[in-house]
Amino acid sequence: MVHTDIQLDSSNHETSMGSTTGVVDRNELQKKRKERAEKIGKWVMPFIVFVITIWLWDYIVSSNEIPHYILPGPGLVVDTLIQDLGILFSALKVTLQITLLALAVAVIGGVGLAILFTQSKFVEISFFPYAVILQVTPIISIAPLIFIYVDNRMVGLLLCAWIVAFFPVLSNTTLGLNSVDHNLKDLFKIYEANRWQKLLHLQLPSALPYFLGGLRIAGGLALIGAVVAEYVAGTGGIGSGLAYTILEAGYRLNIPRMFAALLLIAGTGVLIFVLLSFLSHLLLHKWHESALEKET
Amino acid sequence: MSENKSPLLLELKKVGKTFAEDIVALKDMDLRIHSGDFISLLGPSGCGKSTALRIIAGLTTPTLGQVDWKVNHGSGSIGVVFQEATLMPWATVEKNVWLPFRLQNKSFQETKDEIEHSLELVGLKEFIKSYPRELSGGMKMRVSIARALVTDPKVILMDEPFAALDEITRFKLNNDLLALRETIGCTIIFVTHSVFESVFLSDRIAVMAARPGRVIQELIVDEPYPRGETFRTSASYGIICRKTSDALKLSMEN
Repeated sequence: MVHTDIQLDSSNHETSMGSTTGVVDRNELQKKRKERAEKIGKWVMPFIVFVITIWLWDYIVSSNEIPHYILPGPGLVVDTLIQDLGILFSALKVTLQITLLALAVAVIGGVGLAILFTQSKFVEISFFPYAVILQVTPIISIAPLIFIYVDNRMVGLLLCAWIVAFFPVLSNTTLGLNSVDHNLKDLFKIYEANRWQKLLHLQLPSALPYFLGGLRIAGGLALIGAVVAEYVAGTGGIGSGLAYTILEAGYRLNIPRMFAALLLIAGTGVLIFVLLSFLSHLLLHKWHESALEKET
Repeated sequence: MSENKSPLLLELKKVGKTFAEDIVALKDMDLRIHSGDFISLLGPSGCGKSTALRIIAGLTTPTLGQVDWKVNHGSGSIGVVFQEATLMPWATVEKNVWLPFRLQNKSFQETKDEIEHSLELVGLKEFIKSYPRELSGGMKMRVSIARALVTDPKVILMDEPFAALDEITRFKLNNDLLALRETIGCTIIFVTHSVFESVFLSDRIAVMAARPGRVIQELIVDEPYPRGETFRTSASYGIICRKTSDALKLSMEN
């Protein structure tokens, strides 16, 4: 809602457009109908696609009598998921632990480095190229080296996931810290704000929307990093994650379990994204353009 | 120069500013600001009026000459209002107005009275908990003015503050600004490119010319305050506007 300085006259065109006159504009009506259809469709359409896909999958598997070690039906996947829940969940716990730890380190490292960059241009121009190099080199090609030099498997996994996840946090936060309104910067100068006050009261709040955008990307990437690293590490036993569960199930031709594990990883990814989006909404909905409800 | 009985606040002495590549933004500018003055810097774009304001604000240093303050001036002795409201979108109205105090390490609680008083002066007391995005352009500008007032500054610098607003809102804010000045008696340096606005508001107009930016004429608007709608439609207002327009035309030909 926007308060205005000058109250509109009640005979004004805008106010008389309401229900009092009884006149209905066809164009407006059409627009409203379309909006309503889109609103419902947003939920209904994906659900219909989902149902059709599952049905088609089941139909293909059963009508062609495809053996379950090649392509299990959706029912079998769900059964396996329930049956192997113990194994799968303990594996998920490991993967999730690495993912979240990597994300936390990525936030601390990314934001810390971004702050360092904005404090000194020289630090930025010295180190930024290396951050880019680290980012563009595929993790799958760095990971084997990491596992040669790092003895602790957990630390190795964490390092891999961190390398993948930290860059969006770093680059987005740096961009945000540098996108401060120049008039506000002048204002801080006029009031003789020191470097610390400028960072705390001006740069960090300005960077928050950018940081949260980076965080949402980093959340998904941390999961990918954790899974990829585990594939490369390849060692199993107690304390192995979902990626290893998939590998192992593959060796044993336990295809339903592979699907069940895949389902869990995808679900985890979606959950991370939804939670981070919710966090973003919580922090921004009061003031930031991106989080505002569209006003009509 | 008019004989002014109030004490001299600051003086610009032969101030010049040259930007890179030898662009002379300001040359030999002399200006005396007395306590309680409402002075407008009027001129075409590129005449250095904003540069002069930035020099007074301490945002940039003069290449030549000096700004001579006759009083102590530290943090909070200058208030600024820019063309945009320049509010922090993440902070409520009251927290925005708190900013000058916050940067002096004063807590919100200990300065709450000043903040409320300042917002009351601009007529926004009911909106202290609102976020800037909930306000109209004119109201945002009022918050910006409240923020500039809150430290009770020696001088308030305004850089075309109402240029982006619609005319109805601008007239209202002009009236309110004068009423505000009657209440608290502040000193204002006002940059504008509107003849009508400068005549309506100020008691002195420094007409500036471009290339190089300089003051070519100082006009006195010898009309009593408070000025309201009657002044805006009076004959003397028209005459002074004509005189000012002529001076401005002269500056453009130069």
